Amino acid sequence: MYRETDIIQTIPGTDEMVINVGPQHPSTHGVLHLVITIDGETVKKVEPHLGYIHRSIEKMCESLSYRQFIYTTSRMDYLSAHINNHACALAVEQAMGIEVPLRAQYIRVVMDELTRIASHCLWWGSVAMDCGAVTPFFLAFREREMINTIMEETCGARLTMNYMVPGGVMFDLHPNFQRDAKAFLAHFRSKIDEYDELVTGNIIFQNRLKGTGFISKADAISYGCTGPTARGSGVSCDVRKWYPYEVYQQVQFDEILETAGDSYARYLVRLAELRQSMSIIEQLIDNIPTGDFQAKTKAVLKPPKGEFYSRVETARGELGVYIVSEGGTTPYRIKFRSPGFSNLSALDHMVRGQKLGDLVAVMGTLDLVIPDIDR
Amino acid sequence: MSFETLANWVHNWLYETLHPTVALLVEFAIVGVLIIGLFAVLGLVLVMMERKVSSWMQLRLGPNRIGPWGWFQTVADTLKLIVKEGMTPNNVDKLLFNMAPMLVIVVSMVIMAPIMFAKGIQIWDINIGVLFVAAVSSLSIIGVLMAGWASNNKYSLLGAMRSGAQIVSYELSAGLSILVIVVLTGSLKMSDIVMAQADGWWLFKGHVPAIIAFVIFIIAATAETNRAPFDLAEAESELTAGFHTEYSGMKFALFFLAEYVNIFVVCAIGATLFLGGWMPFHIGNWEGFNHVMDYIPSSVWFFGKTFLLIFVIMWFRWTFPRLRIDQLLSLEWKYLLPISMFNILLVTIIALAGWHF
Amino acid sequence: MTLKQYFSNIFTGVKSLATGMKVTGGYFLRHHKEKITEQYPDNRDTLVLAERFRGEVIMTHDDNNEHACTGCTACELACPNGTIKIITKFDLTPEGKKKKALDTFIYHLELCTMCNLCVEACPTSAITMAPTFEHSVFDRSQLIKKLNKPGSKIREGVE
Repeated sequence: MYRETDIIQTIPGTDEMVINVGPQHPSTHGVLHLVITIDGETVKKVEPHLGYIHRSIEKMCESLSYRQFIYTTSRMDYLSAHINNHACALAVEQAMGIEVPLRAQYIRVVMDELTRIASHCLWWGSVAMDCGAVTPFFLAFREREMINTIMEETCGARLTMNYMVPGGVMFDLHPNFQRDAKAFLAHFRSKIDEYDELVTGNIIFQNRLKGTGFISKADAISYGCTGPTARGSGVSCDVRKWYPYEVYQQVQFDEILETAGDSYARYLVRLAELRQSMSIIEQLIDNIPTGDFQAKTKAVLKPPKGEFYSRVETARGELGVYIVSEGGTTPYRIKFRSPGFSNLSALDHMVRGQKLGDLVAVMGTLDLVIPDIDR
Repeated sequence: MSFETLANWVHNWLYETLHPTVALLVEFAIVGVLIIGLFAVLGLVLVMMERKVSSWMQLRLGPNRIGPWGWFQTVADTLKLIVKEGMTPNNVDKLLFNMAPMLVIVVSMVIMAPIMFAKGIQIWDINIGVLFVAAVSSLSIIGVLMAGWASNNKYSLLGAMRSGAQIVSYELSAGLSILVIVVLTGSLKMSDIVMAQADGWWLFKGHVPAIIAFVIFIIAATAETNRAPFDLAEAESELTAGFHTEYSGMKFALFFLAEYVNIFVVCAIGATLFLGGWMPFHIGNWEGFNHVMDYIPSSVWFFGKTFLLIFVIMWFRWTFPRLRIDQLLSLEWKYLLPISMFNILLVTIIALAGWHF
Repeated sequence: MTLKQYFSNIFTGVKSLATGMKVTGGYFLRHHKEKITEQYPDNRDTLVLAERFRGEVIMTHDDNNEHACTGCTACELACPNGTIKIITKFDLTPEGKKKKALDTFIYHLELCTMCNLCVEACPTSAITMAPTFEHSVFDRSQLIKKLNKPGSKIREGVE
């Protein structure tokens, strides 16, 4: 007496069945919809369906002026909102030929790295939670909270800072900024070893990540992976090294490369980047020069006719901003090359033939932020 | 007046005033009410304990709004679950769907029978007590499989199948580690096992095999109760809620309650087998010390030991990531089972040679 | 896998698990010192917000109920969301000339993203960001605010 709907449907002729993971699912970190085909526990195919949080930011930017559109990019990759704004500010400055004062450049880089730490902290918590450990998430938020407080003090907002303006930054640093940032670094130095004790060294966690989600160097390049995802496969692609912007040329830091190409390699890259970011901030924080924090710019920005492109390294990879200007007050076309989109496209390649639990862990190590993918 | 004399007095009074059959039924009813009461209290206390332990490990405060230090939070939660609608979705197998939570809760109730809660407080001192526990505890998987299949949900099905594979495998090493104590004691009866530990707990008397068996038992118990790091049947990051995805209201609450009561039961068994049940902690010839220990009531000893083990299991849950299904099975079949096998060989030699204390 | 590897695997595995348990166990014992959560509605009195915190746009008025807004609509143009609507009127100066002045400064809090561009654009620093954040109301229309106080007028000397 079974009706059609009573039977859990399988693909005819096989033992495979189709499962919708998302758009409401605890581990897709947002409204990502994955249609996966599984044979028992083994994942046969992953098909991401996008667009659940598409807000047409690119189109919206076409109606906003060159000062205004920067704030919308905070809503793309909200975990590295600051770095997104930075990319836009760089593109506008390139278009207008604005020279950014040295002090503003230092502030921007310090803020970028703080944002990167905050983003990687959240990622560390969420990848542990995807693997089933809940406590790391709260420990990560302790550090993230300190950064948010520092951001709030100087930028006036905690998540969508909108601190960048063409030609510099919106405000000068808060008088307490250096003290608080140093206090944070000292705190974080003492706590980051705990991250290793609790999660990195854990045998269960290592077994979950090692050997899963493998992507070779060639595949990572052909899928257009950037950031820690590509660097875990040995692709040297750090924009900060290859196309240095602001004062990244003057600071000493290593581009972290792992060659294993699996989830654990990506995990190690991000964890090492936390330490690199700390070292960058430590090099800069005491040497911020005095001077203007903002270059003198015209009230209405009108870039010349042409095409402009700038790129930065966000916490997730390379973010490109491409502006086509017709000479008016608003851009003719804006295109964001977001890192998450390309990294997500490699997901199917990474998890085919692996277990359902691996899918979640691999998604965690890709560090997907869905608004960044959909825009 | 101890509990034993009270129970005897009630027993005698009932049999004198009533027909023996009626008296027996009345006794059944009393025990049933007591067990259901214990269930409710255990559920409330353990859920509260879990929430407090997790929050303190995660630098949070935990529930602190309702009642002093939030102790009535779980009562409020239970009230909410009772008044909530128990949805039965369309296209589920209604009979199995509604029966599954009942089955799970009945199994965890039945398992309580041979447990000695204190000196003389035991529902049924069956002579195959340990075997009974091992046999009945494996029934709860049927409820989980029923829930998973009847829900007509792919997540539920996956969760139930995972749970099936998991419990069937981990029962082996749990049984073998229980067998170590049975070999040492020479009896399956719970009261005999407890009495055999009057001069020292098996964990200390049983040399290395008892310690190995204890560790394996704790791991297997965590797995059998579907707790993290072995909570693959629920696995909220993979399967949303696993086998009870479709359940709501009181039906969900029964699963939830059964999980916590199962934890209590396996920890009580662990405490009875390895930590001497209600037996106080005695050290060799320290008469004074032993005397002081004897003054602590036996129920405090039993519940203290049980809650210590429960705390350890909660500690696991809030520290470790979840295993993957193949790793879960390879841990059992490649590590725990061979070790338990050798362990039982070792303990047999020790018991035959009389090397234990 | 040799027997030695087998046992060393078990040993390293158990050791790594124990290290993790040491961390959480330590937090369990020290939980009263390490709390990171705040009991929000209870700590309202002691809650300190950053002075630059951007919660809503306000117009500063001095003791004489005078503001500095000339009604130039720079903020309205700077706003990316159409949050601000300025209605101007014409006042008569003592010399009998018509002068543009602010009539109503309408601020849609429900549209605002607190990007601070209006405050940056204001030539007379008439508006500023206030560190308030409890904006919940029962009716959406209450979020549409009139920022210039009734009867207020422009401060002397502000052009």
